[in-house]
Amino acid sequence: MAKLHISTTINGEPEEFLCTADETMLDVLRNQLDLTGAKEGCGSGDCGACSITLDGTLVCSCLMLAAEAEGKQITTIEGMANGETLHPLQQKFLEEAALQCGICTPGMLVAAKALLDENPDPSETEVRFWLAGNLCRCTGYDKIVRAVLDTAADMREAS
Amino acid sequence: MTDIQYLAPTSLDDAISAYAAANGAGRILAGGTDLLVQMQAGMVEPGLIVDIKNIADVTGIEETADGGFVVGAAVSGAVLEKHSGFAKAWPGVLEGLNLIGSTQIQGRASLGGNLCNGSPAADSVPAMVAAGAILTVQGPNGRRAIEIEDVPTGPGKTSLKPGEIAVSFMFAPRPAGASDAYLRMIPRTEMDIAVVGCGVNLTLENGICTAARVSLGAVAPTVLLVEAAAKALIGSKLDDAALDAAAAACSAACKPIDDKRGTIAYRTRVAGVLLKRTAGIAAERATQS
Repeated sequence: MAKLHISTTINGEPEEFLCTADETMLDVLRNQLDLTGAKEGCGSGDCGACSITLDGTLVCSCLMLAAEAEGKQITTIEGMANGETLHPLQQKFLEEAALQCGICTPGMLVAAKALLDENPDPSETEVRFWLAGNLCRCTGYDKIVRAVLDTAADMREAS
Repeated sequence: MTDIQYLAPTSLDDAISAYAAANGAGRILAGGTDLLVQMQAGMVEPGLIVDIKNIADVTGIEETADGGFVVGAAVSGAVLEKHSGFAKAWPGVLEGLNLIGSTQIQGRASLGGNLCNGSPAADSVPAMVAAGAILTVQGPNGRRAIEIEDVPTGPGKTSLKPGEIAVSFMFAPRPAGASDAYLRMIPRTEMDIAVVGCGVNLTLENGICTAARVSLGAVAPTVLLVEAAAKALIGSKLDDAALDAAAAACSAACKPIDDKRGTIAYRTRVAGVLLKRTAGIAAERATQS
């Protein structure tokens, strides 16, 4: 099958790859670019484990063709920490044990960051609705929601 | 496996020629939230994918000089909800679109995709039917306009002709005292498919309903325009008698299926209940508009 040559930007760095027309962004991230933070849970846009941002908008990378990345800005969980310094959300998820098995965690963090970028002071209801597309089978969500709210409070104080 | 081609043209004409030349083997990609799921499930195996998101006509939102709106068929829920003018004029259409899926899905899902996917339970479609929105399509033989209720012809089927692409939706200017609402019944609070959906668009003058359109989703093979329900509302003060009559008209219009989401009897009854609640919300908004 003829391959498409795609030039894009991932976590601020220029990136090029070859893909087929039906390959998803998730498959290229994981199988070609060694960015395995985004997980394949359902492959149908229900679980959010593959969450990334595309030009700043939160999307499921399993429901995006890799070819659509041409000329776009993509961020993944790998771009969240600043070198060795964790993002406040990552730090808070650790401190408050807002994860158990960890499969949903990269998607949760990417989605939560997208929320705080847009709304630094969300209500608990807003957090729960925003994260409704990120499924977790371990935590019961409560610690995740609390960690997001506590991070938001810390970040507001720091700014 | 057959060779799949991907094209992302920047002009509508290029998109149409490629799509038409694919002879039915092409699929249009807007947000991809239905297409990619169908491809991964093996339900469709397109020979050509035409990504229309680089085309200005299908990705823009324009407020016309007279207060109407032209919304590109591929505009995502996340983008449309940030347009304060549209949100004020057509809150029901926006809430129908915004109810589809999660935040991630909202980043991609569009009015055009929701309509052309042809699901009888599509949330934005009853809202657009009630709004009296007009779809502009363009194909090898030029442009034409279609009323939304004439687009779906059955589950997964539309009246678009071979090679035609949904371009944009026209929403008429709003008179004072007009607003709309969309409600759906689902067994949970979020992330589900409508058991019944109801869109109501109405105009109030001195407390009297002077114009109304009512639409139901998920209760028939296609989304329905329920003219008898609108007739029951028009001329009334939306009093109990008028709402009862409109609710009965909604229930009478239902031709639902029995499935795991709801029985025929349940959907039929809920259609009437939803009409009353949706009309109430639309009326309250109309009073404030």
